[in-house]
Amino acid sequence: MPILIYALRRALQAVPVIILIMIGAFLLLKLAPGDTVDALVGDMGGADAQFIARLRAEYGLDQPIWVQLWRYMIKFLQFDFGWSFVYEQPVSVVLMERIGTTLMLMAASLFFAFTFGVGLGAIAARKAYSTTDNVISTLGLVFYATPSFFLSLMMIVVFSVKLGWLPVGGIKTVAGFYTGWKHVWDVALHLVMPTAALSLIYLAFYLRLMRASVLEVAELDYVRTARAKGAGEARLMFHHIMRNALLPVITLLGLQFSTLLGGSVVVESVFSLPGLGSLAYQSVVQRDLNTLMGIIFMSSVVVVAVNFLTDLLYARLDSRIELA
Amino acid sequence: MSDVADTPTPILEIENLRVSLPKGADRPYALDGLNLTVNPGEIVCLVGESGSGKSLAAGAVMRLLPEPLVRMSGGSVKFDGQDLSTLTEAQMRGLRGDRMAMIFQEPMTALNPQKTVGWQIDEVLRLHTDMGAKARKARALEMLRDVHIPDPDSAFNAYPHQVSGGQRQRVMIAMALAMSPRLVIADEPTTALDVTTQLQILRLIRELQASQGSGILFITHDFGVVAEIADKVAVLRQGELVEHGPADDVLNRPRHPYTRALIAAVPDLRPPAPRDFSDAPVVLKAEGMLKTFKARGGMFTGKRKAVAAVDHVSFDIRRGETLGVVGESGSGKTTVSRCVTRLLEADGGRAELDGRDILNADARTLRAMRAEIQMVFQDPMASLNPRKRVVDLIAQGPIVHGMNPGKAREKARELLALVELSPAAAERYPHEFSGGQRQRIGIARALAMEPKVIVADEPVSALDVSVQAQVLRLLADLRERLDLSLLFVTHDLRVAAQLCDRVAVMEKGKIVEMGTVAEIFAAPAHPYTRKLLSSIPGRDWVPPVLKDDAA
Repeated sequence: MPILIYALRRALQAVPVIILIMIGAFLLLKLAPGDTVDALVGDMGGADAQFIARLRAEYGLDQPIWVQLWRYMIKFLQFDFGWSFVYEQPVSVVLMERIGTTLMLMAASLFFAFTFGVGLGAIAARKAYSTTDNVISTLGLVFYATPSFFLSLMMIVVFSVKLGWLPVGGIKTVAGFYTGWKHVWDVALHLVMPTAALSLIYLAFYLRLMRASVLEVAELDYVRTARAKGAGEARLMFHHIMRNALLPVITLLGLQFSTLLGGSVVVESVFSLPGLGSLAYQSVVQRDLNTLMGIIFMSSVVVVAVNFLTDLLYARLDSRIELA
Repeated sequence: MSDVADTPTPILEIENLRVSLPKGADRPYALDGLNLTVNPGEIVCLVGESGSGKSLAAGAVMRLLPEPLVRMSGGSVKFDGQDLSTLTEAQMRGLRGDRMAMIFQEPMTALNPQKTVGWQIDEVLRLHTDMGAKARKARALEMLRDVHIPDPDSAFNAYPHQVSGGQRQRVMIAMALAMSPRLVIADEPTTALDVTTQLQILRLIRELQASQGSGILFITHDFGVVAEIADKVAVLRQGELVEHGPADDVLNRPRHPYTRALIAAVPDLRPPAPRDFSDAPVVLKAEGMLKTFKARGGMFTGKRKAVAAVDHVSFDIRRGETLGVVGESGSGKTTVSRCVTRLLEADGGRAELDGRDILNADARTLRAMRAEIQMVFQDPMASLNPRKRVVDLIAQGPIVHGMNPGKAREKARELLALVELSPAAAERYPHEFSGGQRQRIGIARALAMEPKVIVADEPVSALDVSVQAQVLRLLADLRERLDLSLLFVTHDLRVAAQLCDRVAVMEKGKIVEMGTVAEIFAAPAHPYTRKLLSSIPGRDWVPPVLKDDAA
């Protein structure tokens, strides 16, 4: 199976990339002033110098940075992400609890942004320079220009506080103890606003790109050929234009997946969702290096995997591309 | 045109067709008062140069004009006796692909890259018949067989980029003829193809037309093709029909001055009198030159073999002499021109300019030698920097080589006069010029370095015949005046016959035959040369020698 060999090769190529990311991230984080001990002591309201020194020695923070890096990488290569001194749990446990929420949020946002972006973009292009196009394009501009934290807060004010339709935050109703479909519905309701807040800016990207792409493809010779064959407008759109116009959008989709992870930091914090984004934010504040490194590792794996999937998808969509 | 009553109903009858252009175009009407009739079983050639509106005529018939900017504003188009303007869009869609079909010029871009060949032929059947999937597939395979595609089953499942240019055009034809249409409009269907493929396609169109009895409106700019295929000819100039009539009359006894000028511009296959160069020194010499393109391949397709693009190629050019390199696409003729100028690094062999080694020259020596060997490229638009004024484009080379900028610009202006452009051209930008003028700028740029050798890669292929003739005349004239040697790469044997002293025929990276033009054209020794020569469209037609006072 050539596809498996290809996947294996890509996975092997990803190993040094991820190791380099980890080393770089470790050194960068060490550049920031303060460490876990400073944060812990700060929380406690202060402690004497001897206690602080003992704590540092216990966490291994008194060693030179190279030694710390070496020790971390040795453990990392055995898939041991260490212990989170803030959560008092192994980092892997902390991460596993959180990753589901984030992946769900990202998948929902991306799906929403992609479907509606592509759909609206295609409609706008077919009715180029009409009122429909103007309305859609203006809407896209508004989405593009609105920062997600502002959008989140405004949505909370309107839909939760004023109208009371949607929950303010969290991933489920804590006191509900729902099971089965009720639980699913509950989680879905909680995800509506975060998804909207996270996806609208990406929706705007896809919309603009799809519109331009459809306009360009619609002028191409093979669309004229299809017209001369007697194909109707709907057929032209779906079989001849959309398929080809999607390619640049797919490229952008793959590239933006990683920035989506960054965007989820803000959105998860605002909606107090227990995901990787809010965990990352708290870990930075509390100088929880191990957890932070774990998150970085997770993110790089996700990005590498998504890049691979994008390439596969692209090769599937564009018959001219060969994977090599 | 007066149609006699005893002829059957014409398939296509265009009367007083007028197509409006948007405001601000160079003329108000793209077509004005076009009259044209296509009878069953007839091939009517609509001939004109670029911008004559010939493709828009096809658009008007199919009702596929880019409305509302360009629209039909007068006259009528009757198809099988029925006025097309009375039909609804849905009825029109029913006709297109079913009873009237179109074959487009660029087989590369006219097929959807994301759908298989089979799917695209199948689409026509799906749109216009109630046939089941199996019957449609059988019909599509039958069509592929009819257009003589080798291995129809594998072609059926191939994507357009996986088959060659000639085969793509066959697919295009299969698609157009799938419903046995009454009318086929072919818009320059063979322009992008090699001569041998072109001849096959022309024969195929003839053959299918004879078996189906459809009428063909064949749009072309090439009088060779006209001579090969036409029953009737209509000549368009700037949207006006200047002459029409039976092919024999128009080709051999043209009446309108424009037709006469066009036909006079068609390069004659009889070469001019040979010139003698045995005393002149050798300027450019290549010996056993090699260039191989590395193997490349993907996981789904398997490795492709390494291609020897230039395989032990040797030739020499004497001062003032022109050597033509002819061959089909992929024969390696362009690679030869790139290697000899070191735009590509050859893998082996020798090339000498005035006795000095080019292929192994170090960077500094090479820079100095570059002045003596200059290139003129095929696409005059793509090879001129659009953001620079013409005078700077021409002066750039000498300035880089250390000439005083003021002096270089002054010289550039002189060169413009030499290539017959007005001095005002100096301050303008490339996009303000026509194709022929741009090619003159390209030639001036090459001449600015005062080279000994000019390597011209298909310099006239993108030009209309009349412009082509002018540029060729200019090249011939400059060659004499400046004692230039030319390495002239072309796929057009008519052009080679006119300009070159000797030709080298290339096939698959090798020179299979080399000799004076007269020798090669009169008595080709190699089978490939014979095949090339016999594929020249209209080779049996000798353009009449026209004198201005002839009737």
